[in-house]
Amino acid sequence: MIQFFQMTLSGISQGCIYGLIALGFVLIYKATETVSFAQGELMMMGAFGGLAAMTWLGLPYWLAVLSAIAAMTLFGVILERVVIRPILGQPAFSVVMLTIGIGYVARGLITMLPNIGTETHVLPVPYKDEIWKAAGLVINVEQVVVIGATAVLCALLFALFRYSKLGIAMQAASQNQLAAYYMGIPVRGLNGVAWGLAAAVAAIAGLLLAPITFVHANMGLIGLKAFPAAVVGGFGSLPGAIVGGLIIGIIESLSGFYLPDGFKDIAAYVVVLLMLVIKPNGLFGEKLRKKV
Amino acid sequence: MRFRFKTDYEQDIRLAKHGGHQFWYGALMVALLLAPWVIPEYWLAQLTFVLIYSIAGLGLMLLAGFTGLFSLGHAAFLGVGAYTEAVLTNAGLPFPLALSCAAGLSAAVGLVVGLPALRVRGIYLGMATLAFGFIVEEGLARWDSVTGGNSGIQIKAPEIVGTTLSSGTQFYFLCLLITILATLAILNILRSPTGRAFVAIRDSEISAQSMGIHLARYKTLSFALSAALAGIAGALYAHKLQFISPDQFNILQSIDLLLMIVIGGLGSVHGAFLGAIFLIAMPQAISIFKDYLPDTIGQAPGLQSVVYGSVLVAFVLFEPMGLYGRWLKVRTYLETFPFYRKGMFKRQKSFQKSDRLR
Repeated sequence: MIQFFQMTLSGISQGCIYGLIALGFVLIYKATETVSFAQGELMMMGAFGGLAAMTWLGLPYWLAVLSAIAAMTLFGVILERVVIRPILGQPAFSVVMLTIGIGYVARGLITMLPNIGTETHVLPVPYKDEIWKAAGLVINVEQVVVIGATAVLCALLFALFRYSKLGIAMQAASQNQLAAYYMGIPVRGLNGVAWGLAAAVAAIAGLLLAPITFVHANMGLIGLKAFPAAVVGGFGSLPGAIVGGLIIGIIESLSGFYLPDGFKDIAAYVVVLLMLVIKPNGLFGEKLRKKV
Repeated sequence: MRFRFKTDYEQDIRLAKHGGHQFWYGALMVALLLAPWVIPEYWLAQLTFVLIYSIAGLGLMLLAGFTGLFSLGHAAFLGVGAYTEAVLTNAGLPFPLALSCAAGLSAAVGLVVGLPALRVRGIYLGMATLAFGFIVEEGLARWDSVTGGNSGIQIKAPEIVGTTLSSGTQFYFLCLLITILATLAILNILRSPTGRAFVAIRDSEISAQSMGIHLARYKTLSFALSAALAGIAGALYAHKLQFISPDQFNILQSIDLLLMIVIGGLGSVHGAFLGAIFLIAMPQAISIFKDYLPDTIGQAPGLQSVVYGSVLVAFVLFEPMGLYGRWLKVRTYLETFPFYRKGMFKRQKSFQKSDRLR
């Protein structure tokens, strides 16, 4: 029984990471209705940025974290301005291919850095290797930090989209871009804000994931597992992304323990296929119909 | 300026539409037939790879370019075809039978994947196919008894009517024959009502339904045909490499196939071939130019990723119609010379259409 709780806890923490990356996807989708396959690579760059801030610039932990997040936000805004804005209005597939290309370039560039790109690094965080023992469970502090940070971030973003003018404007721009232009919403500027926010969320995810999986150039491939999380939760819903991530994380963790070998890797994808067959719009997705 | 004067309906639907087409495609055929005696063996092998990838590209072009269903897991069909061919050839079946079984099994798998496609669209379809691709890859790796698991399978040379095709030249001619047949098949499908139904589904599903096109039937047909072609390409791929393992059919291979058709030009048969040429020529070009670059850039492991990624980004930003699109623009300039107008291919300013309300 203890094993079950232990597995569930590690599943929740892994699920929070998936949820954070999925949050980035959903943010960009909610604001611009484009799917970005570059989130995983942005996360990897955020982790490397944190590593650079902590080891070479020698900044203390909190300052390094904030500067990494700020740098990634700026990068996200610049990326949107330079690469995404010119194709505003093109079919969704073009944007998907573009973000895949951006991911390739980011991964390649990091790998090209001499001596840094090809190795695995350890991120020096203050809570490294600490363990709490509670009621027979061994709890890794890193996992608790992940869960806590995810909860806070999700609450903040939910409040942003529901109650603030900026959030409502972003949603409007994604639902009907032409109408948003008519209403005087600065759609292009908002796109930049959305990408900056998504890059910041990815950076936070990278900094939280780094103590667990270490910093290396292929970190971004976790992004591929975060897609099922976003789909399960429903692409237009922020809490849905976290819930989807939790579901995928827990199922993956439990199937790694209880099911035969090999099911752990495909558990996420089986879940997403089931979800698409049963409820194509995800758990919290909205079903919109247009009358012709 | 070129004027094409048509006197006959048959001229409209003919595959080679005018004298120029006949001449240049005839010259291409002669060049391909003479290739084994003209170009060195290494480049002949690369040409064989181009033909194999263009068959797979034709399949994906039919699915993504002409029916508008984007599949992010197409390498799964490639893998299914490759492993079927491997298992059957090692069991002693002659090549034509093994190839048909590989194509048939891939088509069946494509049908299975296509069924959820009826309910989902857009990015959700991409996710479903992506998930499916991972599941197939993992399945191939775990099914030790049949597929040999992660250590892969060796494959014997193809055998037709008793003669074993073991030399590179013989295999090249086999691939060339299959490629020509596949291309003719695709071109015929596209000029038939089925092909027009596919294009109608791509352009607007609701209008296609109102014109009486049975969406479910044509979407699953498209998936099955595309998967069958990928299966054939996979079977030839297995014979070419003579050794296959599950990690050759992962997500990166799927993205390579997509890259191929996007760079080649989405929505044109030429695009599959141009994309395949690009996909095979790019690593060769990189390795040739590597020596001219300073060591830190040239010898770095990530160089190929960076080049692929930047070429893809550049094409999507500046040339969305791909390589074939660029050729179309050049050809239009030459055809309408000196009356070419500057804004002929200008992209219209468009506002994003919401996928959710389509």
